[in-house]
Amino acid sequence: MGKIRILCLALLLIVAVLSFSACFKDQRPVLNVYNWGDYIDESVIAEFEKEFNIRVNYDTFSTNEDMYVKVKSGGGNYDVLFPSDYTIERMIKEGMLQKLDFNNIPNYQYIEEQFKNLDYDPQNAYSVPYMWGTVGIIYNKKKVTKPVTSWQILWDQDYAKQILMLDSQRDSIGITLKMLGYSLNTRNLKELEAAKEALIKQKPLVLAYVGDDVKDKMIAGEAALAVVWSGDAVYMMRENPDLAYVIPEEGSNLWFDAMVIPTTSKNKEAAEKFINFLCRTEIAYKNTDYIGYSTPHREAKKLLDPELLSNSAAYPGAKELARCEVFLDLGDFLKEYDRIWTEVKAR
Amino acid sequence: MKSKWLSFPYLVWMLIFIFIPLLLVLYFSLTIRTPDGLVFSFDNFRRFFEPIYLKVFLRSVYLALISTVICLALGYPMAMILAGNNFKRKNVMVFLFVVPMWMNFLLRTYAWMTLLERQGLLNTFLTFLGLPPLNLLYTQEAVVLGMVYNFLPFMVLPIYSVLRKIDRQLIEAAADLGADQMTIFRRVIFPLSLPGVMSGITMVFMPAVTTFVISRLLGGGQFTLIGNLIEQQFLFVGDWHFGSAISMVMMVIILLSMGVLSRYDKEHEGGGLW
Amino acid sequence: MKEYLKRIYAMLIYLFLYAPILILIVFSFNASKSRGVWSGFTLHWYSELLKDRQILSALYNTILIAVLSALIATLIGTAAAIGIHNMKKLKKKVIMNLTYLPVVSPDIVTGLSLMILFVFVKLQLGFLSLLLAHITFNIPYVILSVLPKLKQLDKHLYEAALDLGATPLEAYRKVILPEIMPGVVTGMLLAFTLSLDDFVISFFTTGSGVSTLSITVYSMARRGINPKINAISTILFVTVLLLLIIVNIRMSGNHNKKER
Repeated sequence: MGKIRILCLALLLIVAVLSFSACFKDQRPVLNVYNWGDYIDESVIAEFEKEFNIRVNYDTFSTNEDMYVKVKSGGGNYDVLFPSDYTIERMIKEGMLQKLDFNNIPNYQYIEEQFKNLDYDPQNAYSVPYMWGTVGIIYNKKKVTKPVTSWQILWDQDYAKQILMLDSQRDSIGITLKMLGYSLNTRNLKELEAAKEALIKQKPLVLAYVGDDVKDKMIAGEAALAVVWSGDAVYMMRENPDLAYVIPEEGSNLWFDAMVIPTTSKNKEAAEKFINFLCRTEIAYKNTDYIGYSTPHREAKKLLDPELLSNSAAYPGAKELARCEVFLDLGDFLKEYDRIWTEVKAR
Repeated sequence: MKSKWLSFPYLVWMLIFIFIPLLLVLYFSLTIRTPDGLVFSFDNFRRFFEPIYLKVFLRSVYLALISTVICLALGYPMAMILAGNNFKRKNVMVFLFVVPMWMNFLLRTYAWMTLLERQGLLNTFLTFLGLPPLNLLYTQEAVVLGMVYNFLPFMVLPIYSVLRKIDRQLIEAAADLGADQMTIFRRVIFPLSLPGVMSGITMVFMPAVTTFVISRLLGGGQFTLIGNLIEQQFLFVGDWHFGSAISMVMMVIILLSMGVLSRYDKEHEGGGLW
Repeated sequence: MKEYLKRIYAMLIYLFLYAPILILIVFSFNASKSRGVWSGFTLHWYSELLKDRQILSALYNTILIAVLSALIATLIGTAAAIGIHNMKKLKKKVIMNLTYLPVVSPDIVTGLSLMILFVFVKLQLGFLSLLLAHITFNIPYVILSVLPKLKQLDKHLYEAALDLGATPLEAYRKVILPEIMPGVVTGMLLAFTLSLDDFVISFFTTGSGVSTLSITVYSMARRGINPKINAISTILFVTVLLLLIIVNIRMSGNHNKKER
C-alpha cells in the first residue's frame, strides 16, 4: 500500500507542477478560433496576439461534420471557423453564419477573382477562401505503366489490391459519378444506383478505404494508385519522386476551405480582424508555405517557389479546373448517399 | 453490512449523467423527422432489422466475441503468472502492463500499421528468414489483433486482482487431498477467480462491439462495424433518430445476453463459465 | 517448475504490448514527417514541440483531467461498489445494468447526449463539463474492478471487526479496504488509462480553449499526424518509466519484507 501512496503522491506532484507552469491569466479580450488540426503556421497566431492585443483560443477539429454537429448543438462559442464548401452552404442555409463586413476585411482584394462568388456562397457574403485544391489520382510511376488519364484505371484488374480509395462517402461516390459522366452533386437515384454498382464491382480490387494514412502508404510504395487531395499529393511527390498526380479527364472535385463567422460569435470585430490578418500577403504566404496546399491569395502565390507554381498538382491550368465541380450541400438527400455507401462497404 | 448509503452519491450521479441522457437517446430513437416536426414512430427500429444492418451488427458481435475469447485465453495465464508468488516486483510488472496504453491510441494503431504492412517490419523479418511475406494489414485478423491489443489489460487486471488473494490454504488443502495441478486449477482456482473473469469479459466485450477506429484503420474500412454505422448516422447523415435506435437495440441485446450469461453463472455457482 | 516457460510467455506478451511503442518512439526521431520512409535521425520534432503552445496546454489538460477523473471516479465507484454489493438481488440487477450502459453505449452516443445535457442546463462547456463526462465513463470500470474483490471477501469479516469493537468507519478503513485494495488500484489504473485515451466524448463535451492531447491528435487526421505527437508521447513514456524505476528502487527495501 505504501507504493500506492507514493504513486498517488507522484501523480499529485505532476499535477501541481503542471498547474504551476500553466498558470497564465490575462485580461485581454478573447478570440475563439476553430480550425482543422495542423492547418496554420502557429507563429502566425502569436503575431496576431501581439499586434492586436487579443488572446486567441485556438482549437482544432478533424472533420466538417464533427465541427458542424458541435457548433449546431450550441457546443462551442467560436468566433472564426474554417469549414469546407458544402458545409458552408449548409450553415448559410440554416442561418448559422453572419454576413461579413468586407469594409473591415480590405485584404479580401488579394483573393483571386476566380475564387470569389462560388456556388456555395454565390454572393460571397459569408466567407473568405483560405485554401483550395482538387481531388485526383496519385500513382507510382514504377508500378503503373498504363497512361493514367481516366478514373477508369481505378477499376483496372491489373492493379487489383493495389488501389487505395478514400474512406469518405461524398468523395468516393463523387468520383464514381464523375467517371460515369454524371454530376457529383446528383440527386438522380438512377445515377446513384449506377455508381453503387460500379463501386461494388470495384471493391474486390481495392486494397483499403483509407484516410490520412494514404500518404504514408503511397510514400512507402505500399500501393500503386490512390485517390487523394491535391495538397497532400504535392507533399507525397516531394517525399517520393516516383509519384505523379493527375486530375482525370472526366473531371473531378474542386474544394475550398474558407473562413466564416458563426452567429454565436460575440466578438465579430476581432473575428474580422483575424480574417483580414490571415489575408495579409506575408501571413498568407507563411501559412501556404507551412501547410503546402494551394492558396487563393494572388500576392502570396507570387512569393511561392516557381517550381511549385509550375506543378500542375498544386496549381492546375484553367482548362483542368473548368472540368471540376464544387460539392454542394445535399440536405436530406444525403441519406441516399449514405445508404449506397453502407451497401457498398457492408457487403 | 448495512452500507447501502455508500452507493448514494453514485446513484445520484447515475441518475443525472446516465439515466437522463439515456431517456434522451430513447426519445430520439422513437421519433422521426417529418415536415411537420418530430413524430412518434417505430420506423427506426424497423429499419435496424433490414438485412444489411443486421449483417453489420452480427459481424460486430462476432469480431468482439473472438477478441474477447482471445483476450481471455492470452490474459488468464498472464494474470496467473503476474499473481504467482515467485514473480518478483509484481506491482511493477502490473504497472508495466498498463503503461503502453497511456500512449495515444491513434499513434499505437498507426504503429501497428507500420508493423503489419506489406513491406512492414514483420514481413521484412519473414523475408529475412526466407519465408514468404504475408498479407496482414486490412484483414479481419488485423482488426481482431487491434482489439486484442487494446483491450488485453482490461481482461488481465481484474483477473489478476482476484487471483492475487486466493487463499493459499485452499490450494494447499486441495493438494493435500491428492488433487493434481490441473484439478486444483479446474476445481479451486478458476471457480474462485470467476468474478474477475466476468468483469474482464464485460470490460472487453462491450466496448469491443462499438469500436470503430480500429476497423477503419487496421481493416482498411472494409469491415463496417456497428460503431461505424452509428457514427455515420450521427455525424455524416445527421439522422440522430436512426443512430439512437441502432444504439438502443444494440445495448438492449448486449445487456440481455450478458444477463443470461450471469444468471447461468449463478446457477452453477462455482462451476464453469458457460 | 516450468519457471522458464512462464518467463518466456510473459516476455512474449510484453513484447506484444511494447512493439508498437518502440515503433512510435523510433519515428519521433525520423527526419521525414511521414511514417512511410526513414530519412535520417533528427531532434527537430522535440525542439518544435517546446515551441508548441497548443500541444503543451493540451498535455496539461489531459493529465489533469485524467488524474482528477480517475481519483474522483475511484472514490465514488468504490463506495458505490460496496453499496451495490450489499443490495438485494433485484435492485442490484437494475443498478448494474444501468452501470453497464456507459460501457456498452457507443462513445458518440455518450458524448452527444452529455453535450446536449450540458447545453440544456446552460453549463458552459469547458474544463468542468469535460471532467464530469470523464468521471461518468470512468465510474463503471472502477465498479467492475472492485466488485469481484468484494465477492471474494469473507462475508463475516465486517461483522467480526465490529464485534471486536471497531466502529463501522474503522471496519471499512482498516479491514475491508485493505482487502479490496488491489481491485481499487486496478479500477483507478483503468480509469486513468481510459481518460487519457478518450477522444469522441472529450471532443463533444469540451469547450473553446480546453483541448486534450487526444483531440489534438485526432484533429490532425486529415493532414497527417505531426511527429511532434510522437515526440511528446516518447517524453511521457520515458518520464513514466523513470518515475517507476525511482519509486521502485526507493521502495524495494520494505517492499520485499511485505510481500513474503
